[in-house]
Amino acid sequence: MVKVTVKFFAVGRDITGSDELMLELPEGTTAGEVLIQVKQRYPAFEKVAALLVAVNLDYADTATVLYDGDELAVIPPVSGG
Amino acid sequence: MKIFIPTPLRQYAGGHESVAVEAATVGGALDQLVAAYPAMKKNLYNETDELRSFINIYKGDEDIRYLQNLATPLAENDELTIVPSIAGGAGTANMTGSVAEAAEVSLSNDEVRRYSRHLIMPEFGMEGQKKLKQASVLMIGAGGLGSPLGMYLAAAGIGKIGIVDYDVVDESNLQRQLLHRTADIGKPKSASAKATINSLNPNVEVETYNVPLTSDNALQILSGYDVIADGTDNFPTRYLVNDACVMLRKPNVYGSIFRFEGQVSVFYADSENKYGIKGACYRCLYPEPPPPGLVPSCAEGGVLGVLPGIIGTMQAIETIKLIAGIGEPLINRLLLFDALKMKFRELKLRKNPHCAVCSEHPSVTTLIDYEAFCGMPAHDHIADAALTSSQTQIQTQPSTPMSMQPTNQANGEITVQQLKSRMDAGEDLFIIDVREPNEYQIVKLGGTTLIPLNTVPDNLSKIPKDREVIVHCKMGGRSAKAIEFLKSQGYTNLKNLTGGINAYATEIDKTMPTY
Ligand SMILES: [Zn+2]
Repeated sequence: MVKVTVKFFAVGRDITGSDELMLELPEGTTAGEVLIQVKQRYPAFEKVAALLVAVNLDYADTATVLYDGDELAVIPPVSGG
Repeated sequence: MKIFIPTPLRQYAGGHESVAVEAATVGGALDQLVAAYPAMKKNLYNETDELRSFINIYKGDEDIRYLQNLATPLAENDELTIVPSIAGGAGTANMTGSVAEAAEVSLSNDEVRRYSRHLIMPEFGMEGQKKLKQASVLMIGAGGLGSPLGMYLAAAGIGKIGIVDYDVVDESNLQRQLLHRTADIGKPKSASAKATINSLNPNVEVETYNVPLTSDNALQILSGYDVIADGTDNFPTRYLVNDACVMLRKPNVYGSIFRFEGQVSVFYADSENKYGIKGACYRCLYPEPPPPGLVPSCAEGGVLGVLPGIIGTMQAIETIKLIAGIGEPLINRLLLFDALKMKFRELKLRKNPHCAVCSEHPSVTTLIDYEAFCGMPAHDHIADAALTSSQTQIQTQPSTPMSMQPTNQANGEITVQQLKSRMDAGEDLFIIDVREPNEYQIVKLGGTTLIPLNTVPDNLSKIPKDREVIVHCKMGGRSAKAIEFLKSQGYTNLKNLTGGINAYATEIDKTMPTY
């Protein structure tokens, strides 16, 4: 198993009610699979079509495999000015 | 090894794109280049034989300033690239344009005194200041972000500032939009911003565009400026500005805010930009907009007044760096700021090779209908319907079945006048207020029960089925949704207060505030 921290930002914090989530995942889990879990837990995320994901502060795509101690940031767009 | 010569300097190097040299250091390589092409000397070195401040030399992808400068050693297959910075002036090619232009303007004695704190910094100097004077920056939006941006750019001595904004100053803007003063309420923001900038620095030429930025006018307006700074307040305009910047090959200094959080980046997708970095654009990050109503605007979700001060100021710094050609721009980096945690994080970005607009084979090659693309209007003027749909998402209990779809159906309605006369008649009414507790603290009707929209499903026991239930919110949108939900739970005697508490405050009790 690997331990991964999922960080939420902006409207993601409203949806989840928190700014991070610790997950224990089977080896080889991808960022995309974590997103699916997050969406199952918080269905409102389903509607956020565009989510920027970063693993350890580096741009990532859904195929990125997560390792123990990784941080997955889920960043929805914001529009205010 | 090879030295790559940028387009504007090729005329001084026999028209060559690259020149082969043999040398052990960067300095030695440049000496050979100058020996072969003497006209290069004045472009590379100043009177005291130092490398000009607007000339950057990269070994591979590293600036020699961060290596050992001219003493940086070279190996057999190293590649050097000469990268002149922006020279200002109009036209689309100016970011890669002629270095010689920087010498064409001069500073008056007044200007020398005004900008002396810039001039005494060797990294900036007269050359940097002249570049600011020659440069033009277009601000999209004269609001929260545009305020510090416009004021610092003006103070810094940018030659020309364009302001696109067709909004008028509202009282609720003054908490953060420092370009506007109390006396400006009701005036066009573009005019108010121009007046503030002119009084701050009369040397700055200000051009105002008191119109919505649209697919019809964007290319024409943007093409007259060197740098575009996006401080707009809505998604359609953000996508429009991004796409227009990519098409015009202009840098887009991006800032965006949400309550206590902000984002800053520089989107500079031009493959021939002077930094030699293939920059991501906004669509590389967010290929699709969020669904309408999901992400609240400032008008809907609120914003800490100082936050745009931080983010807009960082946009001003990035703009000045791009123009003066100093430092490392925020290209391919997204800076996230969290005011509550007082934390910055930086994400590395990458150009999306399949980006719809900035990839090699883009599918979007002309400006489109961005309001249709985003499914929302290109402004953040408050509409309670949008507010309610955004707040419906705020659920922390996913197991609760919520089928609150927005509706425009005029179900049982009650006007504020009807409510008032029934209250005056001493009727025993059951009224629920479905706003948030912080809104309840701003202003409330007497004798109501507060049950925020998201908590309605958990509080059905508090809502009687056997009598009339009047539901209200701020403007009537959220209460309509609550009523839809209550109907699905078997409630039949429901009334929505038309226009919400804001209507009550404007039409019945003018001592009550609106917000
Ligand atoms: Zn792109």
